[in-house]
Amino acid sequence: MTVLLVLVLTLVGVAGTAVVLSSTPERMVVTYSLLGLSLGMLFMVLQAPDVALSQVAVGTAVMPMMILLATRTMQKDRANRRGEDS
Amino acid sequence: MSRRVRLLVFLIGGAAVAVLLSLAFLDMPHVGRSEHLYRDLAVPASVRHATANVVSAVNFDQRAVDTFGEETILIASVVGAAALLRPAKEETERRPPDTSRILESTRLVGYLLLPVTLMVGLDVVGHGQLTPGGGFQGGVVLATGLHLLYVAGSYPALDRLRPLELFDVLDALGAATFAAVGLAGIAIAGSFLTNMISFGSLGQLFSAGTVPVLNVAVGMEVFAAMVAILAKFLEQDITVVKRDATEEAGS
Amino acid sequence: MNVYAYFVAGWLLLVGGYGIVRSRHMVHAVVSLAVAQSGTYVLLLSIGYQRHVTAPVFGSTEKPTKHVVDPVVQAMTLTDIVVSATVTALLLALAVQVNKRQGTVDPDELAALEG
Repeated sequence: MTVLLVLVLTLVGVAGTAVVLSSTPERMVVTYSLLGLSLGMLFMVLQAPDVALSQVAVGTAVMPMMILLATRTMQKDRANRRGEDS
Repeated sequence: MSRRVRLLVFLIGGAAVAVLLSLAFLDMPHVGRSEHLYRDLAVPASVRHATANVVSAVNFDQRAVDTFGEETILIASVVGAAALLRPAKEETERRPPDTSRILESTRLVGYLLLPVTLMVGLDVVGHGQLTPGGGFQGGVVLATGLHLLYVAGSYPALDRLRPLELFDVLDALGAATFAAVGLAGIAIAGSFLTNMISFGSLGQLFSAGTVPVLNVAVGMEVFAAMVAILAKFLEQDITVVKRDATEEAGS
Repeated sequence: MNVYAYFVAGWLLLVGGYGIVRSRHMVHAVVSLAVAQSGTYVLLLSIGYQRHVTAPVFGSTEKPTKHVVDPVVQAMTLTDIVVSATVTALLLALAVQVNKRQGTVDPDELAALEG
């Protein structure tokens, strides 16, 4: 186990914990992108370029976009509903 | 049950799982060992079929049936998400508002990178049997590249250049091509998804038999699936609104 | 230290589970599930890792050799990453619809499943 591998594994663990401990969905998107990037680095250190390509493409572009769109839709719907009720 | 009780149950269960996992991990062979039985079998088999990227060979040649199953999961999830995000009875679609507050630099970079990303995506799909890449990664890169049009331009621009019916057809075509190659394997060589086209030599573009064909099929399908899903989410956010009470009374 | 990677994988799995249990927003629960899934990727890839060898891709400079990392676990992981993105999309679509019908994003306040 090289020092690099231990460092990147620790970074992944910390990023994962940060995602779960995020308070709002918007913050979660940013920390999730960081987790995706750390996972990509880990996969490169583990000599897996295919998997790293897959992870970076999905985890930094597609997933955050879906999460943000879903969060925004839910916020708008709740604001509309509050506007109707009042 | 209340939140407290739920947390307590999770902590007890989680502690038990942690203990069991620790016992298992401490007994496992250490990270970085040299005995890998599957690798000793998979690498020679891939070289025999002239596939330079062994991971693609495992995905589309040796374990192609599993990839077929995962592709089916993909198409089922897209159908489910599309069904869930349809506008309901009390909703209607409206013209998206015109937001032209995009920075000029974003617009420039987006428009410059759009063709580059699409070409890189096609390259990743096409060279899946030679370099790291393949249908799954290339499809995602293509879908992300297409949405640069939304980031750099506007939603109407993306809407015009992204005919959703075409993408539905592309999705189904990708899955059908995969199944057709498999059935052709039965017809020609006797079992489903056999690699029966001529192999070529290691490192050429047209090597590895059916692996490039399946890569293109999966690339089409993943591209269309991702675009369809993102389109539904974008529609829900931008164009779908609740029907006005006045509009309902008038109609 | 030789099994540190497995413990990081186990930690991600448990932290993801904790996030699902304690979440107050459905999107938070879905993303915590994604964190737990990434724990399994770490586990799979660290099982297949071997020190001082390269990636399982051959070319003009890399002659075919048996001294590569395990390609089978990499193949399993890479399809899983893409497919789990679409399954997450399905979960998010479900969350959006639940919010529309019930008017809440808090899983604790969903009333339809109570007796």
